[in-house]
Amino acid sequence: MNPLERYAPLIDDYDAFLAACERPLPSVVRVNTIKTDPDRARRALDEEGVDYEPVEWHDDLFRLPDASPGTNWPYFHGWLHGQEEVSAVPALALDPQPGEKVWDSCAAPGSKTTQLSAMMDDRGVVVGNDNNLGRLSSLRHNAERLGVTNLVVTKQDGRNFSLKPFGFDEFDRAIVDAPCSCEGTIRKNPTTLEEWTLEHVHSVAAVQKGILSRAVQATKPGGTVVYSTCTFAPEENEAVIDHVLETENCEVVDFDCPLDSVSGVTEWEGDSYDPSVTNTHRIYPHLNDTGGFYCAKLEVTA
Amino acid sequence: MSDDESENVGQQFGRLPATDPDREVEGRVSREAVIEFFDDRFGIDPAVFEGYTFWEKGKGKIWIFADDAPSPMAVEGLGMTVLRTRQEHWKPTQSAIQRFGGHATKNVIEIDGEAAATFVRGEDQELDWDGDWGYLIAAHEVGGDREPIGVGLYVYGELRSTVPKGNQESLSPRSAE
Repeated sequence: MNPLERYAPLIDDYDAFLAACERPLPSVVRVNTIKTDPDRARRALDEEGVDYEPVEWHDDLFRLPDASPGTNWPYFHGWLHGQEEVSAVPALALDPQPGEKVWDSCAAPGSKTTQLSAMMDDRGVVVGNDNNLGRLSSLRHNAERLGVTNLVVTKQDGRNFSLKPFGFDEFDRAIVDAPCSCEGTIRKNPTTLEEWTLEHVHSVAAVQKGILSRAVQATKPGGTVVYSTCTFAPEENEAVIDHVLETENCEVVDFDCPLDSVSGVTEWEGDSYDPSVTNTHRIYPHLNDTGGFYCAKLEVTA
Repeated sequence: MSDDESENVGQQFGRLPATDPDREVEGRVSREAVIEFFDDRFGIDPAVFEGYTFWEKGKGKIWIFADDAPSPMAVEGLGMTVLRTRQEHWKPTQSAIQRFGGHATKNVIEIDGEAAATFVRGEDQELDWDGDWGYLIAAHEVGGDREPIGVGLYVYGELRSTVPKGNQESLSPRSAE
């Protein structure tokens, strides 16, 4: 059975959803504003005869219909970074400011991390954590290529992350782009569902709850925590938010999702979730011709 | 002062002393010396580096960080690599030159067209250059302005590319050239 069938009751136009899941994903790049600006990046692509299309909702994103994003001059200069369109959403929801201290709990390979640094004009501190050495090396490589100087890279288990090395004891903001069952990446990795099991969904949900709890605890009162996944499973999305609403000092706040989305679900397979999860966002592939995604914004209350 | 702070420990970052007389770790260069290097060699205004801190991890690998932090600091990365010291000729990193080399006013060699493509493939080439031998910033015109490509070593009439293997690319000479 196709695991996606379990979501049919949640999705208005399930046929359009399935059809979108079978189409390959357009190649998208983000302009790295630490090194250049969108105008100059466009001029450089023009000079080289590389076609690109604007992404209506964000000036820093281009779609490249033909080219591989990695083989052109602006890419070599670290002006461009391949980043799926929908994955630019959580950093915008987090809205980090220059000079702040921001934790990215699951940072590698670093598309969102380096986007945070760029949004902060490369000032302040982004702590980019991951628990896998190989993935950390791709994070380091990408950060170097993009000229990021405000990134501290750590290798810890996000669930009991320690701030001891840093000389400060809380973050202004945190982002948990959690390890997940990755169903929403099916357009990029057509084999991703072959290894899908409900057991894995449940075990990864336990990890997600642990990391998100730690993120809320490590963020100052009044600070913002954004949670995102690339899966459709409510067990890994609304259920995780529902858990931290119960166990930690935080509340869901709405944010203006720049892509078409639908509300988070309050009921799933006999479980019901806090009503405020309707202010979280599900982004299905057929809504904007992107990958699938889930994003929630929390405010720390005490 | 603990042992940790008096010697260079490979797995942690130590902040560079402000000046040479402030040095507590043997062989460690000072912040002043690093900034002077970029000024002397490339004419990069010291003001460019105001607000940044400089760190050593491993012998002579210098990193630049946009903020400050307690020293020593045991983390995997702290900002960006910027310079290798503890060898006769200090060598700036490709990332440092791409990020800060646009401020350079000397020892910049402009290479366009096929020469730039050759450089990015990591290949050496014979080129005329009237200035100093040693590490140069290779730059070209792109998107309407001059942009640093990376670090080249100029000796004996030859520009040797030091573009790291993981960054080398086969790019076409730009059509506008």
